[in-house]
Amino acid sequence: MAPDDTTAPRSVYLDYAATTPTDQRVVDAMLPYFTERYGNPNSLYALGRDASRALEAARESMAASINTDSPNELIFTGGGTESDNAALIGLTAAADGKRRHIVVSAFEHHAVLHPAEWLAKHGFELTVVKPREDGIIRPEDLSAVLRDDTALVSVMHGNNEIGTLQPIAELAATAHARGALFHTDAAQTLGKVDFDVRALGVDAATFSAHKIYGPKGIGALYLKRGTRFAPQMLGGGQEFKKRSGTQNVPGAAGFAEALRIMDEERPTEGPRLAALRDRIIDGVLALENTQLNGDRERRLPHIANLIVKGCEGEAMLLRLDALGISVSTGSACSSGSLEPSHVLLSIGCAPEIAHGSLRVTVGRFTTDEDVDYFLESLPPIAATLRQMSPVYAKMFGNSA
Amino acid sequence: MYTDLVMQHFQNPHNVGVLEDADGTGEVGNPVCGDVMKITIKVDDDRVSDIAFQTLGCGAAIATSSIVTDMARGMTLEEAVAISKMDVAEALGGLPAAKMHCSVLATDGLKAAVDDYLVKHGREPISGGLAHDDPDFDPHAVEPETGETCEVEA
Repeated sequence: MAPDDTTAPRSVYLDYAATTPTDQRVVDAMLPYFTERYGNPNSLYALGRDASRALEAARESMAASINTDSPNELIFTGGGTESDNAALIGLTAAADGKRRHIVVSAFEHHAVLHPAEWLAKHGFELTVVKPREDGIIRPEDLSAVLRDDTALVSVMHGNNEIGTLQPIAELAATAHARGALFHTDAAQTLGKVDFDVRALGVDAATFSAHKIYGPKGIGALYLKRGTRFAPQMLGGGQEFKKRSGTQNVPGAAGFAEALRIMDEERPTEGPRLAALRDRIIDGVLALENTQLNGDRERRLPHIANLIVKGCEGEAMLLRLDALGISVSTGSACSSGSLEPSHVLLSIGCAPEIAHGSLRVTVGRFTTDEDVDYFLESLPPIAATLRQMSPVYAKMFGNSA
Repeated sequence: MYTDLVMQHFQNPHNVGVLEDADGTGEVGNPVCGDVMKITIKVDDDRVSDIAFQTLGCGAAIATSSIVTDMARGMTLEEAVAISKMDVAEALGGLPAAKMHCSVLATDGLKAAVDDYLVKHGREPISGGLAHDDPDFDPHAVEPETGETCEVEA
Protein backbone atom coordinates (compact mmCIF):
# COMPACT_ATOMS: atom_id res chain seq x y z
CA MET A 1 0.00 0.00 0.00
CA ALA A 2 1.11 3.54 -0.56
CA PRO A 3 2.42 5.12 2.63
CA ASP A 4 0.48 7.81 4.40
CA ASP A 5 1.86 11.28 5.05
CA THR A 6 3.39 10.36 8.38
CA THR A 7 5.38 7.45 7.02
CA ALA A 8 8.63 7.81 5.16
CA PRO A 9 8.02 6.37 1.69
CA ARG A 10 9.57 3.02 1.06
CA SER A 11 12.28 2.93 -1.55
CA VAL A 12 11.63 0.84 -4.63
CA TYR A 13 14.28 1.05 -7.32
CA LEU A 14 12.98 0.08 -10.76
CA ASP A 15 15.61 1.71 -12.95
CA TYR A 16 18.23 -1.02 -13.22
CA ALA A 17 18.79 -0.25 -16.90
CA ALA A 18 20.10 3.16 -15.84
CA THR A 19 22.52 1.75 -13.33
CA THR A 20 22.79 -0.91 -10.68
CA PRO A 21 24.01 -0.86 -7.12
CA THR A 22 27.47 -2.34 -6.80
CA ASP A 23 27.12 -5.82 -5.34
CA GLN A 24 28.85 -6.22 -1.99
CA ARG A 25 30.71 -9.25 -3.35
CA VAL A 26 32.05 -7.02 -6.10
CA VAL A 27 33.09 -4.35 -3.61
CA ASP A 28 34.89 -7.02 -1.57
CA ALA A 29 36.74 -8.17 -4.69
CA MET A 30 37.86 -4.62 -5.41
CA LEU A 31 38.90 -3.43 -1.96
CA PRO A 32 42.40 -4.96 -1.75
CA TYR A 33 43.43 -3.14 -4.92
CA PHE A 34 42.79 0.25 -3.35
CA THR A 35 44.87 -0.09 -0.23
CA GLU A 36 47.11 -3.16 -0.09
CA ARG A 37 47.65 -4.32 -3.66
CA TYR A 38 47.79 -0.83 -5.10
CA GLY A 39 50.68 -1.23 -7.51
CA ASN A 40 50.78 0.17 -11.00
CA PRO A 41 50.37 -2.87 -13.26
CA ASN A 42 53.01 -1.42 -15.57
CA SER A 43 55.70 -1.31 -12.88
CA LEU A 44 58.33 -4.03 -12.95
CA TYR A 45 58.73 -4.61 -9.22
CA ALA A 46 56.71 -7.07 -7.16
CA LEU A 47 53.86 -4.74 -6.25
CA GLY A 48 53.40 -3.86 -9.92
CA ARG A 49 53.62 -7.48 -11.02
CA ASP A 50 50.96 -8.34 -8.47
CA ALA A 51 48.63 -5.68 -9.89
CA SER A 52 49.41 -6.85 -13.42
CA ARG A 53 48.50 -10.40 -12.50
CA ALA A 54 45.20 -9.21 -11.04
CA LEU A 55 44.46 -7.21 -14.19
CA GLU A 56 45.23 -10.13 -16.45
CA ALA A 57 43.20 -12.50 -14.30
CA ALA A 58 40.24 -10.17 -14.69
CA ARG A 59 40.80 -9.98 -18.43
CA GLU A 60 41.06 -13.76 -18.77
CA SER A 61 37.94 -14.34 -16.73
CA MET A 62 35.89 -11.91 -18.80
CA ALA A 63 37.38 -13.11 -22.08
CA ALA A 64 36.39 -16.66 -21.21
CA SER A 65 32.85 -15.50 -20.41
CA ILE A 66 32.38 -13.97 -23.85
CA ASN A 67 34.40 -16.69 -25.61
CA THR A 68 37.15 -14.68 -27.24
CA ASP A 69 39.99 -16.35 -29.14
CA SER A 70 42.46 -14.58 -26.86
CA PRO A 71 42.19 -12.52 -23.67
CA ASN A 72 44.11 -9.82 -25.49
CA GLU A 73 41.03 -9.14 -27.59
CA LEU A 74 39.50 -7.45 -24.56
CA ILE A 75 40.69 -3.96 -23.64
CA PHE A 76 39.62 -2.11 -20.55
CA THR A 77 38.20 1.38 -21.01
CA GLY A 78 36.64 4.09 -18.90
CA GLY A 79 33.08 2.89 -19.55
CA GLY A 80 30.48 2.08 -22.16
CA THR A 81 30.49 5.52 -23.73
CA GLU A 82 34.24 5.42 -24.21
CA SER A 83 34.02 1.94 -25.73
CA ASP A 84 31.33 3.05 -28.17
CA ASN A 85 33.28 6.16 -29.15
CA ALA A 86 36.49 4.17 -29.52
CA ALA A 87 34.77 1.57 -31.71
CA LEU A 88 33.09 4.08 -34.03
CA ILE A 89 36.06 6.38 -34.43
CA GLY A 90 38.89 3.86 -34.06
CA LEU A 91 37.52 1.38 -36.58
CA THR A 92 36.66 3.98 -39.20
CA ALA A 93 39.91 5.90 -38.79
CA ALA A 94 41.83 2.70 -39.48
CA ALA A 95 39.60 1.59 -42.36
CA ASP A 96 40.66 1.35 -45.97
CA GLY A 97 40.54 4.92 -47.28
CA LYS A 98 38.09 3.86 -49.96
CA ARG A 99 35.51 2.80 -47.39
CA ARG A 100 33.89 6.03 -46.30
CA HIS A 101 30.36 4.89 -45.44
CA ILE A 102 29.00 3.88 -42.05
CA VAL A 103 25.66 2.48 -40.96
CA VAL A 104 24.12 2.73 -37.50
CA SER A 105 20.65 1.89 -36.29
CA ALA A 106 18.20 4.67 -35.48
CA PHE A 107 17.79 3.60 -31.87
CA GLU A 108 21.42 3.38 -30.85
CA HIS A 109 22.55 4.98 -27.62
CA HIS A 110 23.80 8.54 -28.06
CA ALA A 111 27.29 7.19 -27.32
CA VAL A 112 27.07 5.63 -30.81
CA LEU A 113 24.83 8.16 -32.55
CA HIS A 114 26.89 11.20 -31.65
CA PRO A 115 30.27 9.86 -32.84
CA ALA A 116 28.48 8.62 -35.97
CA GLU A 117 27.17 12.13 -36.57
CA TRP A 118 30.64 13.50 -35.86
CA LEU A 119 32.10 11.15 -38.47
CA ALA A 120 29.45 12.33 -40.92
CA LYS A 121 30.85 15.84 -40.50
CA HIS A 122 34.38 14.60 -41.05
CA GLY A 123 34.35 12.85 -44.36
CA PHE A 124 32.13 9.81 -43.85
CA GLU A 125 28.66 9.21 -45.21
CA LEU A 126 26.17 8.05 -42.61
CA THR A 127 23.13 5.89 -43.23
CA VAL A 128 20.66 5.19 -40.44
CA VAL A 129 18.78 1.89 -40.58
CA LYS A 130 15.45 1.86 -38.78
CA PRO A 131 13.95 -0.90 -36.68
CA ARG A 132 10.48 -2.17 -37.54
CA GLU A 133 7.56 -1.36 -35.25
CA ASP A 134 8.39 -4.38 -33.09
CA GLY A 135 11.74 -2.81 -32.24
CA ILE A 136 13.79 -5.31 -34.25
CA ILE A 137 16.26 -4.51 -37.06
CA ARG A 138 15.80 -6.86 -40.01
CA PRO A 139 18.91 -8.18 -41.82
CA GLU A 140 17.23 -7.45 -45.15
CA ASP A 141 16.73 -3.82 -44.12
CA LEU A 142 20.43 -3.59 -43.26
CA SER A 143 21.38 -5.33 -46.50
CA ALA A 144 19.39 -2.78 -48.48
CA VAL A 145 21.52 0.13 -47.23
CA LEU A 146 24.96 -1.53 -47.34
CA ARG A 147 27.37 -0.42 -50.03
CA ASP A 148 30.67 -1.60 -51.41
CA ASP A 149 32.32 1.24 -49.52
CA THR A 150 30.66 0.58 -46.15
CA ALA A 151 33.39 0.52 -43.52
CA LEU A 152 31.41 -0.16 -40.37
CA VAL A 153 27.98 -1.16 -39.16
CA SER A 154 26.94 -0.61 -35.53
CA VAL A 155 23.74 -2.12 -34.14
CA MET A 156 23.17 -2.57 -30.44
CA HIS A 157 22.54 -6.04 -29.04
CA GLY A 158 19.69 -5.16 -26.72
CA ASN A 159 18.01 -1.80 -26.80
CA ASN A 160 18.43 0.09 -23.55
CA GLU A 161 15.01 1.75 -23.63
CA ILE A 162 12.60 -0.82 -25.02
CA GLY A 163 14.69 -3.93 -24.32
CA THR A 164 14.33 -5.63 -27.70
CA LEU A 165 17.07 -8.08 -28.66
CA GLN A 166 18.53 -7.81 -32.13
CA PRO A 167 19.51 -10.69 -34.45
CA ILE A 168 23.18 -9.77 -34.14
CA ALA A 169 24.63 -12.92 -35.74
CA GLU A 170 22.53 -12.40 -38.87
CA LEU A 171 23.22 -8.67 -38.95
CA ALA A 172 26.98 -9.21 -38.55
CA ALA A 173 26.98 -11.82 -41.32
CA THR A 174 25.08 -9.39 -43.55
CA ALA A 175 27.68 -6.67 -42.92
CA HIS A 176 30.58 -9.04 -43.48
CA ALA A 177 29.13 -10.17 -46.80
CA ARG A 178 29.78 -6.64 -48.05
CA GLY A 179 33.19 -6.39 -46.44
CA ALA A 180 32.11 -4.11 -43.59
CA LEU A 181 33.11 -4.46 -39.95
CA PHE A 182 30.40 -4.97 -37.34
CA HIS A 183 30.25 -3.43 -33.86
CA THR A 184 27.56 -4.06 -31.28
CA ASP A 185 26.86 -2.11 -28.11
CA ALA A 186 26.23 -4.83 -25.54
CA ALA A 187 26.29 -2.57 -22.49
CA GLN A 188 22.73 -3.54 -21.65
CA THR A 189 23.00 -7.23 -22.49
CA LEU A 190 26.31 -8.50 -21.11
CA GLY A 191 25.56 -10.94 -18.34
CA LYS A 192 21.79 -10.67 -18.85
CA VAL A 193 21.70 -13.08 -21.80
CA ASP A 194 24.32 -15.34 -23.33
CA PHE A 195 26.94 -13.27 -25.14
CA ASP A 196 29.45 -15.20 -27.26
CA VAL A 197 31.57 -13.12 -29.61
CA ARG A 198 32.44 -16.12 -31.78
CA ALA A 199 28.86 -17.28 -32.13
CA LEU A 200 27.69 -13.74 -32.88
CA GLY A 201 30.58 -13.10 -35.26
CA VAL A 202 31.11 -9.49 -34.26
CA ASP A 203 34.35 -7.57 -34.78
CA ALA A 204 33.87 -5.26 -31.84
CA ALA A 205 31.58 -5.04 -28.81
CA THR A 206 30.99 -2.56 -26.01
CA PHE A 207 30.56 -3.50 -22.36
CA SER A 208 29.95 -1.55 -19.17
CA ALA A 209 30.46 -2.66 -15.57
CA HIS A 210 27.88 -0.56 -13.78
CA LYS A 211 24.98 -2.19 -15.64
CA ILE A 212 25.82 -5.54 -14.01
CA TYR A 213 26.38 -4.58 -10.36
CA GLY A 214 29.97 -3.55 -11.00
CA PRO A 215 31.54 -0.14 -10.41
CA LYS A 216 30.96 2.94 -12.52
CA GLY A 217 33.85 4.26 -14.58
CA ILE A 218 35.03 1.06 -16.16
CA GLY A 219 34.04 -0.62 -19.38
CA ALA A 220 35.59 -2.89 -21.95
CA LEU A 221 35.86 -3.08 -25.69
CA TYR A 222 36.13 -6.38 -27.50
CA LEU A 223 38.27 -6.06 -30.62
CA LYS A 224 38.63 -9.18 -32.71
CA ARG A 225 42.25 -10.13 -33.30
CA GLY A 226 43.59 -8.60 -36.50
CA THR A 227 40.98 -5.85 -36.64
CA ARG A 228 42.59 -2.57 -37.65
CA PHE A 229 42.00 0.03 -34.99
CA ALA A 230 43.26 3.58 -34.50
CA PRO A 231 43.47 4.34 -30.77
CA GLN A 232 42.21 7.67 -29.49
CA MET A 233 43.94 7.45 -26.12
CA LEU A 234 47.63 7.83 -26.79
CA GLY A 235 50.39 7.72 -24.23
CA GLY A 236 52.11 4.91 -22.43
CA GLY A 237 50.82 2.22 -24.75
CA GLN A 238 48.86 0.27 -22.17
CA GLU A 239 46.13 -2.18 -23.23
CA PHE A 240 48.10 -3.44 -26.22
CA LYS A 241 48.63 0.15 -27.43
CA LYS A 242 44.88 0.44 -27.98
CA ARG A 243 44.01 2.46 -24.88
CA SER A 244 46.81 4.24 -23.10
CA GLY A 245 46.47 5.18 -19.47
CA THR A 246 47.19 3.39 -16.22
CA GLN A 247 44.62 0.68 -15.91
CA ASN A 248 41.84 0.78 -13.34
CA VAL A 249 42.86 -2.37 -11.53
CA PRO A 250 40.20 -2.29 -8.79
CA GLY A 251 37.60 -1.57 -11.47
CA ALA A 252 38.77 -4.44 -13.65
CA ALA A 253 38.75 -6.83 -10.69
CA GLY A 254 35.24 -5.67 -9.83
CA PHE A 255 34.04 -5.88 -13.42
CA ALA A 256 35.29 -9.46 -13.74
CA GLU A 257 33.69 -10.46 -10.45
CA ALA A 258 30.43 -8.79 -11.46
CA LEU A 259 30.35 -10.74 -14.72
CA ARG A 260 31.28 -13.98 -12.98
CA ILE A 261 28.32 -13.57 -10.63
CA MET A 262 26.00 -12.71 -13.53
CA ASP A 263 27.07 -15.85 -15.39
CA GLU A 264 26.75 -18.01 -12.30
CA GLU A 265 23.30 -16.77 -11.35
CA ARG A 266 21.79 -16.28 -14.80
CA PRO A 267 20.11 -19.71 -15.03
CA THR A 268 17.86 -18.83 -12.10
CA GLU A 269 18.03 -15.04 -12.12
CA GLY A 270 17.08 -14.67 -15.79
CA PRO A 271 13.70 -16.42 -15.43
CA ARG A 272 13.05 -14.67 -12.11
CA LEU A 273 13.59 -11.25 -13.65
CA ALA A 274 11.55 -12.15 -16.73
CA ALA A 275 8.66 -13.14 -14.47
CA LEU A 276 8.85 -9.82 -12.59
CA ARG A 277 9.06 -7.96 -15.89
CA ASP A 278 6.04 -9.82 -17.22
CA ARG A 279 4.05 -9.00 -14.09
CA ILE A 280 4.84 -5.34 -14.67
CA ILE A 281 3.85 -5.56 -18.33
CA ASP A 282 0.61 -7.41 -17.59
CA GLY A 283 -0.20 -5.14 -14.66
CA VAL A 284 0.20 -1.93 -16.62
CA LEU A 285 -1.57 -3.33 -19.67
CA ALA A 286 -4.52 -4.13 -17.41
CA LEU A 287 -5.09 -0.36 -17.27
CA GLU A 288 -7.10 0.96 -20.17
CA ASN A 289 -5.33 2.89 -22.92
CA THR A 290 -1.87 1.51 -22.35
CA GLN A 291 0.58 -0.25 -24.65
CA LEU A 292 3.85 -2.16 -24.56
CA ASN A 293 6.70 -0.87 -26.69
CA GLY A 294 8.76 -3.45 -28.52
CA ASP A 295 8.28 -7.11 -29.19
CA ARG A 296 6.81 -9.00 -26.27
CA GLU A 297 9.05 -12.07 -26.55
CA ARG A 298 12.34 -10.98 -28.10
CA ARG A 299 13.41 -8.78 -25.24
CA LEU A 300 15.84 -8.56 -22.36
CA PRO A 301 14.58 -10.12 -19.15
CA HIS A 302 14.72 -6.91 -17.14
CA ILE A 303 13.21 -4.18 -19.34
CA ALA A 304 9.56 -3.19 -19.74
CA ASN A 305 8.69 -0.03 -21.66
CA LEU A 306 5.07 1.00 -21.55
CA ILE A 307 2.84 3.87 -22.59
CA VAL A 308 0.15 5.20 -20.30
CA LYS A 309 -1.85 7.27 -22.76
CA GLY A 310 -3.10 10.63 -21.62
CA CYS A 311 -0.36 10.96 -18.98
CA GLU A 312 2.93 12.74 -19.43
CA GLY A 313 5.92 10.59 -18.51
CA GLU A 314 7.78 13.04 -16.31
CA ALA A 315 4.62 13.76 -14.32
CA MET A 316 4.17 10.02 -13.68
CA LEU A 317 7.87 9.69 -12.82
CA LEU A 318 7.72 12.51 -10.26
CA ARG A 319 4.50 11.23 -8.69
CA LEU A 320 6.00 7.75 -8.40
CA ASP A 321 9.16 9.28 -6.96
CA ALA A 322 7.09 10.95 -4.25
CA LEU A 323 6.07 7.42 -3.24
CA GLY A 324 9.70 6.28 -3.26
CA ILE A 325 9.57 4.53 -6.64
CA SER A 326 12.33 5.21 -9.17
CA VAL A 327 11.54 4.66 -12.86
CA SER A 328 12.57 6.27 -16.14
CA THR A 329 10.68 7.84 -19.03
CA GLY A 330 11.26 8.61 -22.67
CA SER A 331 9.22 11.76 -22.35
CA ALA A 332 10.82 14.86 -23.84
CA CYS A 333 10.29 16.82 -20.68
CA SER A 334 12.58 14.65 -18.61
CA SER A 335 15.47 15.13 -20.98
CA GLY A 336 15.38 18.88 -21.36
CA SER A 337 14.71 18.38 -25.05
CA LEU A 338 11.42 19.10 -26.76
CA GLU A 339 11.56 15.82 -28.66
CA PRO A 340 10.57 12.60 -26.97
CA SER A 341 12.85 9.56 -27.03
CA HIS A 342 14.46 8.91 -30.40
CA VAL A 343 14.09 5.22 -29.65
CA LEU A 344 10.31 5.41 -29.35
CA LEU A 345 10.04 7.62 -32.43
CA SER A 346 12.21 5.14 -34.38
CA ILE A 347 9.66 2.35 -33.88
CA GLY A 348 6.85 4.54 -35.15
CA CYS A 349 5.53 5.75 -31.81
CA ALA A 350 3.72 9.06 -32.41
CA PRO A 351 5.14 11.93 -30.32
CA GLU A 352 1.84 12.50 -28.49
CA ILE A 353 1.98 8.85 -27.43
CA ALA A 354 5.71 8.73 -26.72
CA HIS A 355 5.33 11.51 -24.13
CA GLY A 356 3.48 9.02 -21.96
CA SER A 357 6.20 6.40 -21.73
CA LEU A 358 7.56 4.69 -18.65
CA ARG A 359 10.63 2.47 -18.62
CA VAL A 360 10.45 0.09 -15.69
CA THR A 361 13.49 -2.13 -15.22
CA VAL A 362 14.05 -4.80 -12.61
CA GLY A 363 17.18 -6.33 -11.16
CA ARG A 364 18.92 -8.44 -8.57
CA PHE A 365 17.33 -6.78 -5.58
CA THR A 366 13.80 -6.40 -6.98
CA THR A 367 11.18 -8.38 -5.08
CA ASP A 368 7.60 -9.38 -5.80
CA GLU A 369 6.58 -6.86 -3.13
CA ASP A 370 8.38 -4.11 -5.03
CA VAL A 371 6.40 -4.94 -8.15
CA ASP A 372 3.18 -5.11 -6.11
CA TYR A 373 3.87 -1.65 -4.71
CA PHE A 374 4.52 -0.22 -8.18
CA LEU A 375 1.39 -1.82 -9.61
CA GLU A 376 -0.69 -0.49 -6.71
CA SER A 377 0.79 2.98 -6.98
CA LEU A 378 0.51 3.60 -10.70
CA PRO A 379 -3.28 3.37 -11.32
CA PRO A 380 -4.29 6.20 -8.94
CA ILE A 381 -1.49 8.36 -10.36
CA ALA A 382 -2.69 7.67 -13.90
CA ALA A 383 -6.27 8.41 -12.88
CA THR A 384 -5.31 11.71 -11.24
CA LEU A 385 -3.23 12.88 -14.18
CA ARG A 386 -5.89 11.82 -16.69
CA GLN A 387 -8.55 13.68 -14.74
CA MET A 388 -6.30 16.73 -14.75
CA SER A 389 -5.79 16.47 -18.51
CA PRO A 390 -7.87 18.76 -20.74
CA VAL A 391 -7.63 16.32 -23.64
CA TYR A 392 -7.75 12.78 -22.23
CA ALA A 393 -11.50 12.38 -22.53
CA LYS A 394 -11.44 13.99 -25.98
CA MET A 395 -8.60 11.80 -27.21
CA PHE A 396 -9.72 8.52 -25.75
CA GLY A 397 -13.44 8.97 -25.39
CA ASN A 398 -13.81 7.63 -21.88
CA SER A 399 -13.14 8.57 -18.31
CA ALA A 400 -9.88 8.08 -16.50
CA MET B 1 16.30 20.33 -10.89
CA TYR B 2 13.03 21.68 -9.52
CA THR B 3 12.65 24.03 -6.56
CA ASP B 4 10.67 22.91 -3.53
CA LEU B 5 7.94 25.35 -4.55
CA VAL B 6 7.66 23.78 -8.01
CA MET B 7 7.34 20.37 -6.40
CA GLN B 8 4.72 21.61 -3.94
CA HIS B 9 2.58 23.02 -6.75
CA PHE B 10 3.12 19.88 -8.82
CA GLN B 11 2.19 17.49 -6.03
CA ASN B 12 -0.72 19.56 -4.74
CA PRO B 13 -1.78 21.86 -7.57
CA HIS B 14 -4.22 24.65 -6.77
CA ASN B 15 -7.35 25.46 -8.76
CA VAL B 16 -7.60 22.22 -10.72
CA GLY B 17 -10.73 21.74 -12.78
CA VAL B 18 -13.05 23.45 -15.22
CA LEU B 19 -15.35 26.26 -14.09
CA GLU B 20 -18.98 25.71 -14.95
CA ASP B 21 -20.44 28.54 -17.01
CA ALA B 22 -16.98 30.01 -17.47
CA ASP B 23 -16.89 33.53 -18.84
CA GLY B 24 -13.67 32.86 -20.73
CA THR B 25 -11.78 29.74 -21.83
CA GLY B 26 -8.25 29.46 -23.13
CA GLU B 27 -6.74 26.23 -24.41
CA VAL B 28 -3.14 26.26 -25.64
CA GLY B 29 -0.43 23.75 -26.47
CA ASN B 30 -0.43 20.58 -28.45
CA PRO B 31 -0.35 16.91 -27.43
CA VAL B 32 2.42 16.36 -30.00
CA CYS B 33 4.59 18.68 -27.91
CA GLY B 34 3.49 16.97 -24.72
CA ASP B 35 1.78 19.97 -23.14
CA VAL B 36 -1.84 21.11 -23.32
CA MET B 37 -3.29 23.63 -20.89
CA LYS B 38 -6.87 24.80 -20.48
CA ILE B 39 -7.73 27.77 -18.27
CA THR B 40 -11.27 28.85 -17.47
CA ILE B 41 -12.10 32.14 -15.78
CA LYS B 42 -15.06 33.92 -14.25
CA VAL B 43 -14.97 37.69 -14.64
CA ASP B 44 -16.58 40.22 -12.33
CA ASP B 45 -16.19 43.96 -12.93
CA ASP B 46 -13.24 43.28 -15.27
CA ARG B 47 -11.45 41.29 -12.61
CA VAL B 48 -10.64 37.56 -12.55
CA SER B 49 -13.05 36.48 -9.82
CA ASP B 50 -12.50 32.75 -10.19
CA ILE B 51 -10.08 30.62 -12.19
CA ALA B 52 -9.30 26.94 -12.78
CA PHE B 53 -7.00 24.91 -14.95
CA GLN B 54 -6.52 21.50 -16.52
CA THR B 55 -3.08 20.51 -17.80
CA LEU B 56 -1.55 17.58 -19.62
CA GLY B 57 2.16 17.97 -19.15
CA CYS B 58 5.27 17.59 -17.07
CA GLY B 59 5.95 18.70 -13.51
CA ALA B 60 6.78 22.24 -14.60
CA ALA B 61 3.68 22.50 -16.79
CA ILE B 62 1.43 21.55 -13.90
CA ALA B 63 3.29 23.75 -11.39
CA THR B 64 3.21 26.81 -13.68
CA SER B 65 -0.50 26.24 -14.31
CA SER B 66 -1.13 26.12 -10.60
CA ILE B 67 0.84 29.23 -9.74
CA VAL B 68 -0.47 31.33 -12.62
CA THR B 69 -4.02 30.66 -11.50
CA ASP B 70 -3.08 31.72 -7.96
CA MET B 71 -1.43 34.87 -9.29
CA ALA B 72 -4.29 35.87 -11.59
CA ARG B 73 -7.10 35.44 -9.09
CA GLY B 74 -8.39 38.91 -8.17
CA MET B 75 -6.34 40.72 -10.80
CA THR B 76 -7.83 43.05 -13.38
CA LEU B 77 -7.87 41.62 -16.88
CA GLU B 78 -5.07 44.01 -17.86
CA GLU B 79 -2.96 42.87 -14.93
CA ALA B 80 -3.63 39.22 -15.68
CA VAL B 81 -2.46 39.38 -19.30
CA ALA B 82 0.62 41.29 -18.21
CA ILE B 83 1.93 38.34 -16.17
CA SER B 84 5.14 37.29 -17.92
CA LYS B 85 6.88 33.96 -18.08
CA MET B 86 9.59 35.41 -15.86
CA ASP B 87 6.95 36.44 -13.30
CA VAL B 88 5.72 32.85 -13.25
CA ALA B 89 9.20 31.37 -13.04
CA GLU B 90 10.24 33.76 -10.28
CA ALA B 91 7.09 33.04 -8.30
CA LEU B 92 8.15 29.39 -8.32
CA GLY B 93 11.66 30.23 -7.15
CA GLY B 94 13.07 29.54 -10.62
CA LEU B 95 12.64 27.05 -13.42
CA PRO B 96 15.27 25.10 -15.35
CA ALA B 97 15.98 26.83 -18.68
CA ALA B 98 14.62 23.88 -20.62
CA LYS B 99 11.31 24.27 -18.78
CA MET B 100 10.75 27.95 -19.45
CA HIS B 101 8.35 27.07 -22.26
CA CYS B 102 6.02 25.71 -19.58
CA SER B 103 5.71 29.15 -18.02
CA VAL B 104 4.97 30.57 -21.48
CA LEU B 105 2.23 27.99 -21.84
CA ALA B 106 0.72 29.11 -18.54
CA THR B 107 0.73 32.79 -19.43
CA ASP B 108 -0.55 32.02 -22.92
CA GLY B 109 -3.42 29.98 -21.50
CA LEU B 110 -4.40 32.85 -19.25
CA LYS B 111 -4.19 35.39 -22.08
CA ALA B 112 -6.31 33.15 -24.30
CA ALA B 113 -8.98 32.91 -21.59
CA VAL B 114 -9.07 36.68 -21.09
CA ASP B 115 -9.26 37.34 -24.82
CA ASP B 116 -12.01 34.77 -25.17
CA TYR B 117 -14.03 36.63 -22.54
CA LEU B 118 -13.45 39.99 -24.21
CA VAL B 119 -14.32 38.78 -27.71
CA LYS B 120 -17.48 37.11 -26.41
CA HIS B 121 -18.49 40.48 -25.00
CA GLY B 122 -17.80 42.32 -28.24
CA ARG B 123 -14.58 43.90 -27.04
CA GLU B 124 -11.10 43.96 -28.49
CA PRO B 125 -8.58 41.33 -27.28
CA ILE B 126 -5.84 42.86 -25.14
CA SER B 127 -3.21 40.17 -24.92
CA GLY B 128 -1.32 41.22 -28.04
CA GLY B 129 -1.12 37.64 -29.25
CA LEU B 130 0.18 34.40 -27.84
CA ALA B 131 3.86 33.54 -27.78
CA HIS B 132 3.06 30.07 -29.08
CA ASP B 133 1.44 31.53 -32.18
CA ASP B 134 4.64 33.39 -33.08
CA PRO B 135 6.59 31.36 -35.66
CA ASP B 136 9.82 32.77 -34.22
CA PHE B 137 8.92 31.72 -30.69
CA ASP B 138 11.86 29.99 -29.03
CA PRO B 139 10.60 28.08 -26.02
CA HIS B 140 14.05 28.03 -24.47
CA ALA B 141 14.78 31.72 -24.87
CA VAL B 142 14.99 33.94 -21.81
CA GLU B 143 13.51 37.40 -21.43
CA PRO B 144 15.87 39.67 -23.38
CA GLU B 145 15.50 42.62 -21.01
CA THR B 146 16.99 40.73 -18.09
CA GLY B 147 19.72 38.88 -19.90
CA GLU B 148 19.59 36.27 -17.20
CA THR B 149 18.36 32.76 -17.26
CA CYS B 150 15.82 31.72 -14.70
CA GLU B 151 17.59 28.46 -14.14
CA VAL B 152 17.98 27.11 -10.66
CA GLU B 153 21.04 25.32 -9.43
CA ALA B 154 21.22 21.75 -10.72
